[in-house]
Amino acid sequence: MRRIPSHIGLALACLMLAVFLLFPLYYAVLTSLKSGSDLFRVSYWPRDVDLANYVRVWGEQSFARNILNSIVVAVCVVLISLALSVSAAFALSRVRFAGRKTLLYAILAISMFPQVAVLSGLFEVIRVLGLYNNIAGLVLSYMIFTLPFTVWVLTTFMRDLPVELEEAAIMDGLSSLAIVRHIFLPLMAPAMAATGLLAFIAAWNEFLFALTFTLSNEQRTVPVAIALITGASEYELPWGNIMAASVIVTVPLIVLVLVFQRRMVAGLTAGAVKG
Amino acid sequence: MAQRSLSSGRRRAAWLFLSPVLVVLVAVALWPLARTFYFSLTNATLANMSDYRFVGVSNYLAYDGGRWYGVLSDPQWLTALRNTMVFVVVSVSLETIFGVLIALLLNARFPGRGVMRAAMLVPWAIPTVVSAKMWSWMLNDQFGVINDVLVRLGIIAAPVAWLADPSLSMASVIMVDVWKTTPFVALLALAALQMVPKDCYEAAEVDGVGPIKVFFHVTLPLIGPALAIAVIFRLLDAMRMFDLVYVMTGTTDATMTLSMFAQRELVSFQDVGYGSAASSLVFLIIALLTSLYVMTMRLDLGGRSG
Repeated sequence: MRRIPSHIGLALACLMLAVFLLFPLYYAVLTSLKSGSDLFRVSYWPRDVDLANYVRVWGEQSFARNILNSIVVAVCVVLISLALSVSAAFALSRVRFAGRKTLLYAILAISMFPQVAVLSGLFEVIRVLGLYNNIAGLVLSYMIFTLPFTVWVLTTFMRDLPVELEEAAIMDGLSSLAIVRHIFLPLMAPAMAATGLLAFIAAWNEFLFALTFTLSNEQRTVPVAIALITGASEYELPWGNIMAASVIVTVPLIVLVLVFQRRMVAGLTAGAVKG
Repeated sequence: MAQRSLSSGRRRAAWLFLSPVLVVLVAVALWPLARTFYFSLTNATLANMSDYRFVGVSNYLAYDGGRWYGVLSDPQWLTALRNTMVFVVVSVSLETIFGVLIALLLNARFPGRGVMRAAMLVPWAIPTVVSAKMWSWMLNDQFGVINDVLVRLGIIAAPVAWLADPSLSMASVIMVDVWKTTPFVALLALAALQMVPKDCYEAAEVDGVGPIKVFFHVTLPLIGPALAIAVIFRLLDAMRMFDLVYVMTGTTDATMTLSMFAQRELVSFQDVGYGSAASSLVFLIIALLTSLYVMTMRLDLGGRSG
């Protein structure tokens, strides 16, 4: 008998939570489909669909370029961090050598660095390498937050793979590189997909370095471009454009996250719960 | 003999495999960190980072002609310090409490649980800058939907300037951070809850212990270690807060954080020496508070010995 009211309570709690979680995105989509004076009248349901904001945002020369920059940066960051960390994870998980644990903790400690703490030093490095106002500089600088994470997760994952696999391969006379390529890589595909996706999202969303290390519209990534969209004055922000741009960069990400949600959650919790 | 040379060969290979990661991490993390400390002792400017002279610790604190100078005596930095601490304590507490509550809710078996779990990932997946813009629009004083809802419900009499009013802007920013990151805490807490053995609850039920007592005496101690790690991730993020606040309110005294202060000195004011001192202080404060937290919680970050 007590079950029925508690079911209603549960349903109500879930409904409120869902509204709280999803309403901002819904409202952004709603706003992006309005134009003119309609924008400034609050409404809760779509009345007519007006794609003018989307057309205008795409029409701005730099926006397509900013999206391309974001894609190039995020893809390069994922590929480079995965390649480097698979190789490091092999050494850290399968070979016994002095200082291995210390090294692993030192790498983990780097993920605790606040980005602002390296800002001026990194600025100098990027300038010396001639990468200021160049998306390659962003790819390099993003390694500071993707590498510690990917190394850590892949090391924990590789440590759990059976030793027999490797012993058999050594017996067959395979080199270390061949062992990594033919034995570990196929087994690690799921873990790499999860960590790669998390690295992609981190790179796609990054703001402080992108704001500091780029200067011109053509080199900016999407978050900086959206943050810097301005109107005729500070008080006349083109909210329709901003919301259209926001929806464009968010929807693919959400689709990606929902498609891979099981792996994502596993990747997120791998570092923390499994330790 | 063969065994020995095999393993030393493997050790050599191990360092070879490690070297790319180590080189990159030195180049983007350790060297820049050391350089930032170094610059904090100079009067370098952004326009010319190679022409500078040593000024000792005067960027941090100096006494000259009856006045204190340096970051540590800068009233704006002290405001930023206070703002950051308020932001960290309030947002991380709320995120932990709500995160656990949501995890408890989603740990119950009911139809639609999968949908709810997917919905939780949405705020987390939205780029921070985009979240900041979405909420800025919703919190807009004249045309915002939040004011519209609250006025309709009779909770407030007239529209409120959520982001422009200094007494409200910090609360608004915290609310958005809670919206964005509670799902992260909830997901980690949920993963921990699902590992709690069922017989723990059954034993408590047999003994006739009430649900609230069960939570504090059975559930919380069991998910405690996982929760402590979720909290440390949140603490680290909150202490270095930059993007959300920067986009929502800009650099104003009411919400300026330590990272925003350092970035502004460095980039807008081009003062590499002073900005680096502020950056180094962010690092020191975070390192100090994190080690304090790890020690008091006795966290075993490594879990099983590797």
